[in-house]
Amino acid sequence: MPSNPQNILQVQNLSKSFLGVKALDNIQFNLQKGEVHALMGENGAGKSTFMKILMGLLKPDSGEIIFEGETLKSNNVHGNLRKGISMIHQEILVVPELTVAQNIFLGRETNYRSWLNDKVINQKAQEILNAIGVKINAQTKIKNLSIAEMQMIEIAKAISNNAKVIIMDEPTSALTDNEVTMLFKIIKDLKAKGVAIIYISHKMDEIYEITDRITVLRDGKYIATKNTNELDKNALIALMVGRELNDLRAAFRFLENNSIKGESILSVQNLNKKGKFKDINFEVHAGEVLGIAGLMGAGRTEIARAIFGLDMYDSGEIMLKGNRVEIKSPEDAIKNGIGYVSEDRKALGFIPALSIKENISLSSLGNFSKTWFVNSSNEYEATKQLVNDLKIKSTSINQKVMTLSGGNQQKVVIGKVLLTSPSLVILDEPTRGIDIGAKFEIYKLINQLTEKGIAVIMISSELPEILGISDRIMVLSKGKQTALLSKQEATQEKIMQYAVH
Amino acid sequence: MQYIKTLRQYGIFVVFIIICLILSFISPQFLTVSNWTIIITQASINALLAFGVTFVIITGGIDLSLGSMVAVTGVTAAMLAHPDTFPVALPIFAGLLAGLLMGVFNGFIITKSKIAPFIVTLGTMTIGRGLALILSKGRPISNLSDSFNFIGGGEVLGIPFPIIVLVLIFAICSITLKKTLLGRYIYAVGGNEQAARASGINVNQVKMAVYSISGLLAGLAGVLLTSRITTGQPNAGAGFELDAIAAAVIGGTSTSGGTGTMMGTLVGVLLIGVINNGLDLLNVTSYYQQVVMGIIIIGAVVLDSWNQKSNV
Repeated sequence: MPSNPQNILQVQNLSKSFLGVKALDNIQFNLQKGEVHALMGENGAGKSTFMKILMGLLKPDSGEIIFEGETLKSNNVHGNLRKGISMIHQEILVVPELTVAQNIFLGRETNYRSWLNDKVINQKAQEILNAIGVKINAQTKIKNLSIAEMQMIEIAKAISNNAKVIIMDEPTSALTDNEVTMLFKIIKDLKAKGVAIIYISHKMDEIYEITDRITVLRDGKYIATKNTNELDKNALIALMVGRELNDLRAAFRFLENNSIKGESILSVQNLNKKGKFKDINFEVHAGEVLGIAGLMGAGRTEIARAIFGLDMYDSGEIMLKGNRVEIKSPEDAIKNGIGYVSEDRKALGFIPALSIKENISLSSLGNFSKTWFVNSSNEYEATKQLVNDLKIKSTSINQKVMTLSGGNQQKVVIGKVLLTSPSLVILDEPTRGIDIGAKFEIYKLINQLTEKGIAVIMISSELPEILGISDRIMVLSKGKQTALLSKQEATQEKIMQYAVH
Repeated sequence: MQYIKTLRQYGIFVVFIIICLILSFISPQFLTVSNWTIIITQASINALLAFGVTFVIITGGIDLSLGSMVAVTGVTAAMLAHPDTFPVALPIFAGLLAGLLMGVFNGFIITKSKIAPFIVTLGTMTIGRGLALILSKGRPISNLSDSFNFIGGGEVLGIPFPIIVLVLIFAICSITLKKTLLGRYIYAVGGNEQAARASGINVNQVKMAVYSISGLLAGLAGVLLTSRITTGQPNAGAGFELDAIAAAVIGGTSTSGGTGTMMGTLVGVLLIGVINNGLDLLNVTSYYQQVVMGIIIIGAVVLDSWNQKSNV
């Protein structure tokens, strides 16, 4: 490949294997000054491994990384950071007890003086924050910030590092629309200053809004690099999944008649929790999908957690199939036929060190065996079945869940819930951070659940998803229920109106 | 490459075997039945404590009160084990019950108060020591019945009774951890407590169970020790908790919870026993023994983290 002076970063024939499995196979990549370059691919395509190598966290088996015309020889985090390659992580890595300024200058506190001097770093940090238009006091402790604000701090940190290349891994996954707008403004400013950005996201709209070029990886292989404006959405998806995939809407539900069928499964009456949500009333029927829309912090997850017994509520009634129930713990909820797939897969979803089998059976072990002993043949049969049904990609059902990709981990969590034979399933952001192929499968799965007469509550921030899947949509704003829309009434505009009510 | 991988997987087993081989070359007495009988008999008390604390550590907890529980339960048993007062079952039962109660107390405080297990059991460690001194009025209780002394000193078919207890308890603990619902839940709670709760596991019940088991086994260890030294010593067992924790950690139980096996802990116990025994045979003073033991503990953890990295 001829060396192009515009290229700040050039990657040639990069390969990396883990225990004989090729994670990256002959990757080509070039990044120009002042461009936003999307890196696309399904989970497991090799994006993370590639980024880890660029960061210096992993060493490549073969291939070359040329940064500003020089081959990076000793690939290590500190060195690459100093040269100007920074990463904004998907999981935010900050020290909560330190101030904003202390976090921004963590590890470089004495660059300006030879001893710790908070005054200097406070001033420097504030200058950077002002420059990118973030209204945060540099002396605030990180723990008092929202996730979005923490993300801004990470960006400020990268800028303070004189970053020439910034890698952003799913930067908007925890941001509200306003915050996304703000982030994009910052990205545009950075671009104007000649900073190159590698942008990783599963959200198509963002890719088309903010990026200049797209590089697609699939199964560890380099597929293509295209200009964003020359590649339409379907073509991009086809490159990513390697097969023609109709628009996602093909997987959305088409109801013959959308009159509510089935008995009432869950009825929530005047549910209250101080500071979280107020006077919530709704009903879900067998075979129906109730979508819950609203901005972050509107109380969507809090309601789900209360129904599932993860948190207590102050007052109100929860009726299951017409009977009043007291749910004090997830244990009670599961016994009553409620399943919950959390938005926070890592924290609440699975046990990383246990196998696929052990995770899937975790909520149902008691049902398998009448004694104190695990009935391993029942367990094996049941979990094997689910792994096949859900198409969980793995080498064996004894593989540890921590080694799976995000989409497959999500399927394991769903499998665990399904194995409890629930009559109500609550899915909280079920497609967050998973690739398009796995999303598609989850939509299909929701359809299968409703066909079996299971009631589904789906919380989602993606409006097309909510509109495509739900029979009815409840909209929340600041803890209050502002609308309960039927499928015909609901439009993106209406939902947004009620969400900011 | 393949050999290196095997070494990593079975790290501590391999180390154990290598050390045994070296010792058998250096000292002809090492690989004799009578020497191994001594090693295992001596290791049996640490083994019981280590099995108990393995359950606790896998849930992500810790039990520092083991040594004190050994003293309380030993003194309790000794007080009831004078000749011709009660049948031998009573002091044994009382010792076990005392251990169980202390374990339940640990579990209760930890689950109700949400105070870190390290702090709670540090407290009960001190409480236990005090209780042992109060019960015994600060003096050793001797003159125990022969039938009581059989537990620690007797033999069945030529096998010392403590070894029989060790094998039996190992089997029970191993099966509990591997095959029962409780065992699975212990791994789940240690692996990710929040996810375990969201999966419908009663996390508090699991924690109660592991601290109770730990207490019960400490009770058994207390009875065994008292019987072996034929005296109820209020100062007995000081520092035992550290040996037990060391054995579990050497055997691959991660102090951050979620991983560990009884087999590993057993090897850890035997490794400690073998090294002490070997250094004795080689006439190395006990001061050096401690240095060696410390090096092995750190080495085992390094080996373990090395192993964990290669697994990812």
